Amino acid sequence: MPNLTFNGDTYACAENQSVLDALTGNGVSIPSSCRNGICQTCLMRSVSGTPPLDSQNGLKETLKAQNYFLACSCHPLEDMEVSLPDAGSARIQATVHSIESLNHEIICVGLHCENPLEYRAGQFINLFKDATLGRSYSLASVPAHDQHLKLHIRKVPDGRVSGWAHHNLKPGDVVEISQAVGNCFYVPGHPEQPILLIGTGSGLAPLYGIARDALEQGHTGPIRLYHGSRNPQGLYLVNELCALADCHDNFSYTPCISGDAMPADGYAQGRALDVALADIGKLTGWRVFLCGNPEMVKTAKKKAFLTGAAMKDIYADAFTLAAA
Amino acid sequence: MNDTLFDKLGGDGAVNAAVEIFYRKVLSDDRISDFFDDVDMDRQAAKQKAFLTMAFGGPNQYSGMDMRRGHAHLVAKGLNDAHFDAVVENLAATLQELNVPQPYIAEVAALCETTRNDVLGK
Ligand SMILES: Cc1cc2nc3c(=O)[nH]c(=O)nc-3n(C[C@H](O)[C@H](O)[C@H](O)COP(=O)(O)OP(=O)(O)OC[C@H]3O[C@@H](n4cnc5c(N)ncnc54)[C@H](O)[C@@H]3O)c2cc1C
Ligand code: HEM
Ligand code: FES
Repeated sequence: MPNLTFNGDTYACAENQSVLDALTGNGVSIPSSCRNGICQTCLMRSVSGTPPLDSQNGLKETLKAQNYFLACSCHPLEDMEVSLPDAGSARIQATVHSIESLNHEIICVGLHCENPLEYRAGQFINLFKDATLGRSYSLASVPAHDQHLKLHIRKVPDGRVSGWAHHNLKPGDVVEISQAVGNCFYVPGHPEQPILLIGTGSGLAPLYGIARDALEQGHTGPIRLYHGSRNPQGLYLVNELCALADCHDNFSYTPCISGDAMPADGYAQGRALDVALADIGKLTGWRVFLCGNPEMVKTAKKKAFLTGAAMKDIYADAFTLAAA
Repeated sequence: MNDTLFDKLGGDGAVNAAVEIFYRKVLSDDRISDFFDDVDMDRQAAKQKAFLTMAFGGPNQYSGMDMRRGHAHLVAKGLNDAHFDAVVENLAATLQELNVPQPYIAEVAALCETTRNDVLGK
């Protein structure tokens, strides 16, 4: 049974137990969220001992080279001494620049980084409330366009990080964030390929970044954005998106309402996924981006694939909530 | 020339051409789709690739024991001969769609047949 050393204490790690479970099981606080190797909130560094390859899936080469690994996906084969990420290399300080309300449950947090963060619109960062509690938020900003990082944070009932962001965070505060993570972004090449973007709730955040990034980079094919909510109050950036559609012939925006309260013209009735598929039909040859509610993302991924989109052309970020 | 079945079918290229068509068929087939309805479609597709490579007689490291172990959790969920036949049927339909000659398709089906007992844990 390999031993884990953390902050001077040593813990046994049982077979098939992850570093995250071994440490938290002993009362050590380690940040985590998805527990599935996706969000990178549980990033740790091995001070001695080589992390298994599996535990470095999806990490940037620079982080791999420094023996960073994901605690939730690390099943050690040998003794390891581990630490939380150092400020500076893996975590970055950012100053809250602005906080605006986007609708009754979503705020836009603008962050300023002393050294510009390298990122692609649509990737996400992990925002830390304190050293051991972090959550993922997607980047709605576009590097070439926006001076500050923009996050759209929806208030989750009793949410530890989202609640803190809504109630306590104010301009001027200094917070820690991770580097940008994730594969859900626009890649240049095939500028004529049609693009479908489907999001629910704050799942609009990455899509707002991706759509503007694609336009910025000269995408010429159609870019169709469907934003879904149960009721009209759940939508946001409606005017901005309509304006964007007015300026760009190849960009269209369809707000979708799945509930009964049908507002005036300009809205489509139904779930965003169903509306989009009814409009477009087969998705053969399309590039598809899906963000937001995990159930929606899962269903949409399957439907997009079954209606013809190639697996490599489907990009998705499920906004999975951490377990209680 | 003494090409293997895998070479005759077109090797890795054939597997890549077949995997999405096959996976679409399987996911749309109510008889078996539940077995393949993984949250992680990419991971599931990678496994279908391993399956196809093996079914095409290509290089693979799986033993009969691996097949037994690899499908044991599905057998526990009720995997049976009818499901097995459905997979082979979808595979044949995939190859037909790719215009693979019938004798090769028969060879693939025969190869699958050799794994039946292991896959079904019999
Ligand atoms: C890749 C990725 C990108 C993300 N991007 C964004 C983004 O751009 N914007 C955004 O707002 N969020 C985003 N999220 C979600 C975000 O990371 C947090 O999970 C969310 O803000 C909740 O965290 P919390 O600490 O506030 O709540 P927690 O304290 O973690 O959770 C509160 C409690 O609510 C429970 N709960 C479960 N389901 C629900 C539900 N449907 N409604 C209410 N409570 C529930 C939880 O289990 C938990 O017990 C993203 C997630 C991922 C994985
Ligand atoms: C025709 C004979 C079959 C062969 C040769 C075969 C082969 C394989 C192989 C090589 C893998 C990958 C294992 C891995 O790398 O993890 C696999 C996985 C899988 N097979 Fe089969 N298979 C067969 C039949 C079936 C049938 C009949 C079903 C169900 C209807 C099935 C369902 C699955 C599933 C769901 C997985 C993924 C398992 C997981 O996610 O853990 N297979 N198979
Ligand atoms: S990657 Fe480990 S908790 Fe998300």
